[in-house]
Amino acid sequence: MTYVKPKFRHPELPKNKLGYSVDYYEGALSTLCAGCGHDSISAAVVQTCFEMNIEPHRLAKLSGIGCSSKTPAYFLSNSHGFNSVHGRMPSVATGANLANKDLIYFGVSGDGDTASIGMGQFVHVIRRNLNMIYIVMNNGCYGLTKGQDSATADEGSKNKTGHVNLFEGIDLSSLAIELGATFVAQSFSGDKDQLIPLIKAAIKHPGFAFINVISPCVTFNNNVGSTKSYDYVREHVEATATIDFVPEMTEIITSYEEGSLKTVKMHDGSSIELHKLAKDWDPLDKISAMNAIQHAKQKHEILTGLLYMNPETTELHKLLNTSDRALNSLKKKELCPGSKALVDINAGLR
Amino acid sequence: MSAIEKNKVIVNDFVVRFANVNGTGSASANYLFTKAIFRMGVFVTPKNIFPSNIQGLPTWYEVRVNEKGYLGRREGIDLMVAVNPQSFAKDVASVRPGGYFMYDSSKKLHPEYIRPDINYLPIPLMQMSNDAFTDPRQRQLFKNIIYVGALTALLDIEFSAIEGLLADQFKGKEKLIAPNIKALQLGVDFVHKNFTYPLNFRVEKRDLLKDWIMMEGNAACGLGAVYAGATVAAWYPITPSTSVVEAFSEYAAEMRVDEKTGKNNFAIVQAEDELAAIGMVIGANWNGARSFTATSGPGVSLMNEFLGLAYFAEIPTVLIDVQRTGPSTGMPTRTQQSDIMEAAYASHGDTKHILLFPSTPKECFEMTAEAFDLAEQLQTPVIMMTDLDLGMNDHVCPPLVWDDKREYKRGKVLDAEALEKIAKFGRYLDVDGDGIPYRTLPGTHPTKGSYFTRGTSRDEYAVYTEDSGAYQRNMDRLIKKWHTAQNIVPAPHLYQDKNKHKNGLIFFGTSTYSSEEAMDILKEEGIFVDALRLKSFPFNKTVVDFIDQHEKVFVIEQNRDGQLKSLLMIELQANPQKLISVLNYDGMPITADNILNQIKKSLSLSTPTVKAN
Repeated sequence: MTYVKPKFRHPELPKNKLGYSVDYYEGALSTLCAGCGHDSISAAVVQTCFEMNIEPHRLAKLSGIGCSSKTPAYFLSNSHGFNSVHGRMPSVATGANLANKDLIYFGVSGDGDTASIGMGQFVHVIRRNLNMIYIVMNNGCYGLTKGQDSATADEGSKNKTGHVNLFEGIDLSSLAIELGATFVAQSFSGDKDQLIPLIKAAIKHPGFAFINVISPCVTFNNNVGSTKSYDYVREHVEATATIDFVPEMTEIITSYEEGSLKTVKMHDGSSIELHKLAKDWDPLDKISAMNAIQHAKQKHEILTGLLYMNPETTELHKLLNTSDRALNSLKKKELCPGSKALVDINAGLR
Repeated sequence: MSAIEKNKVIVNDFVVRFANVNGTGSASANYLFTKAIFRMGVFVTPKNIFPSNIQGLPTWYEVRVNEKGYLGRREGIDLMVAVNPQSFAKDVASVRPGGYFMYDSSKKLHPEYIRPDINYLPIPLMQMSNDAFTDPRQRQLFKNIIYVGALTALLDIEFSAIEGLLADQFKGKEKLIAPNIKALQLGVDFVHKNFTYPLNFRVEKRDLLKDWIMMEGNAACGLGAVYAGATVAAWYPITPSTSVVEAFSEYAAEMRVDEKTGKNNFAIVQAEDELAAIGMVIGANWNGARSFTATSGPGVSLMNEFLGLAYFAEIPTVLIDVQRTGPSTGMPTRTQQSDIMEAAYASHGDTKHILLFPSTPKECFEMTAEAFDLAEQLQTPVIMMTDLDLGMNDHVCPPLVWDDKREYKRGKVLDAEALEKIAKFGRYLDVDGDGIPYRTLPGTHPTKGSYFTRGTSRDEYAVYTEDSGAYQRNMDRLIKKWHTAQNIVPAPHLYQDKNKHKNGLIFFGTSTYSSEEAMDILKEEGIFVDALRLKSFPFNKTVVDFIDQHEKVFVIEQNRDGQLKSLLMIELQANPQKLISVLNYDGMPITADNILNQIKKSLSLSTPTVKAN
């Protein structure tokens, strides 16, 4: 593994509408383990932003603490990033978003960062319908502290040390739907073909958009008996999977054949194509989505794709009736009532 | 009635305490009493002594009336208005000998509450109210107004002052005025018929207050935040800080709604806890909005981790800590100055934070505004150390002032134009040599100025590093910034041009009123001291000199451990032998008597005694 990221790029790399080639969207060299699912997700983010012609500086990356939360350093180096404290990214994102509604807020978290220490903030950021993308890179374990079970580890799942998890795993997607999230998707880090359109739709969604990405930990939770290993996930996703390339200690990339296909109109008129959905599945219907998740659980299947979406959603700024202008752009003239108003205030206090 | 001292009339110098049941509407009646005295131009200091409860428990309201301008609490109750039989035993016991005990005589007073050395003023309040009003809620409320009426007669309070207040209070609901006047009159008439009035202590109209106002510190903080241009407030309800954001919300609703669009030029979020509240504040400030939160000690404990992040990642943060009695849940509705150490060094690792110590609502207003300037100039948390006494009690103070020429000091923020001129932006580079780096806001420039904010160590260009040298350079720069802060935070107030006496007093915040009163009394007794009031931390050279130039320095504060004294010792290496703590930590505002006793005791103990050999 090299620690200097090569700067050389093919001079004829295709450019997007803004005139940027894909390398403009990259970040620093990843320091995660070779083969880590998170790096595939980072790559998907880079590709997504390139294809969507996003100005990187109009996007802010926010994360908590953990392996997953390191990844914002590995994509979009022209964006401001904020690696906050463990489990508290949602609150920082909330403040940042309130200050300036005009940027895209891209949150990255992990299963420890979200489902344990950050559960309270996760729950409440959904409740407030903050206009942001919230990706959980879910590997069922604490990678950075060497492999302890996380709260999303399935009951009975075995980790590298042979320890069997005794507790019920928290299903973040069901929880998000239950809490009123209006965009809930699930994917697999190896399935870039699916992940990219999901991230695109999440960015377009004018409210809280949640994507739970199963992202195996190659070092601590990729063993036989783990329900978050590459092998297990590949075998249990609902659709057929084909493996592109699996050399040892390199990133594993999986690609699916087209399954059933459905087109859902986004709020702004664009649309998203959905893959690998169950037959009687209506992603616009909350109850149908919840049923499908429960049925899949019974069959030990991992559902991927858009699980639930409501394009008509009211995000926090609308709920709070804040100014159409970004609050951080307001000047003294708009903010300070001045000495004249104080005369009346003083009079009212006599 | 037992003997009333008729020989001496005391004008504008007494304490009345009301003993009520909380949730019975007594607060507005008692406020009426205080405000009437305020409108008569006399110094008045009310203290709410309330339970952590909504309905049914004893609550007291103590009002000190004073001609000399002493606004601290005074011990010794001249008149007790006892409307709560639950607390009769305590209430009877707390009246000074020769004082008065007014009580609801609808039920006979138990003989055990009869003290031969005090005077009784029985008024059948409930009975009178029941006879005059039919609605049960009115009967309850007007019982309180009846005793206010009685007090106007007993203490010579102008009836017109009360009438004026009622007119203000019920503007638009004028039909509520008549029954209030009726209740007041019932009280007046009863006194006229049954007692000798006015009492030997009473109110006389003065013009001592000029254009002064009466306000709670929390409201002043909320208003200060509006004037400072705060746009994002995040908070979690906790007594005694709750009314800070409530005030911000009310003032913003009045003065910050865009007239054309009807939309808010502010956002307020009630967070799920204090951790989230401070997280939101940090996120908003990071993104260039002025943002703040208000909390109390338990909230500051929860915010520690985030405060460390804001310190290390250098994000402006304004936190208003309305201190209450700790530790733990402590006495949540009592006052204290006991978060000093926790706030000064909040969070793990080497951290220290700017503290501001307001002592009046006017200062709450001004310092809140200043806190935003300091936080942005210094890119660090600024913590306002107010307390329950200042925050939740009404205080008379000079009117609020705002200079329209004043510009917000937004600190070192590079815009797109400035970034164009820079070869390479380094977020943590000490360009100016003052330890304060330049920052950029997200969304400013397509190719320049982006950086990764983190609580982990990084180099001058915000790149993650575990290099010891880079880490240490950064920590040293933060200390350099701290030294810069020393010279821009509010300077302490010296009471003398030149330090000239052997002994000195240091105090801050709500200990100020009683400390000043104690100084005056000491002077009357021929004991002269110098004094210094702290307004902020870090301390500057004036404080160092003050300690150096005195043999003994009494450090007056409202906590058990002498936290400010510790801070002086730690930060200034002040000689511990010199610093003598004068403490009060019973949850009640410190009194001048208490300060005097402690100082005199210490001075007499240190007087060398001559031993015969």
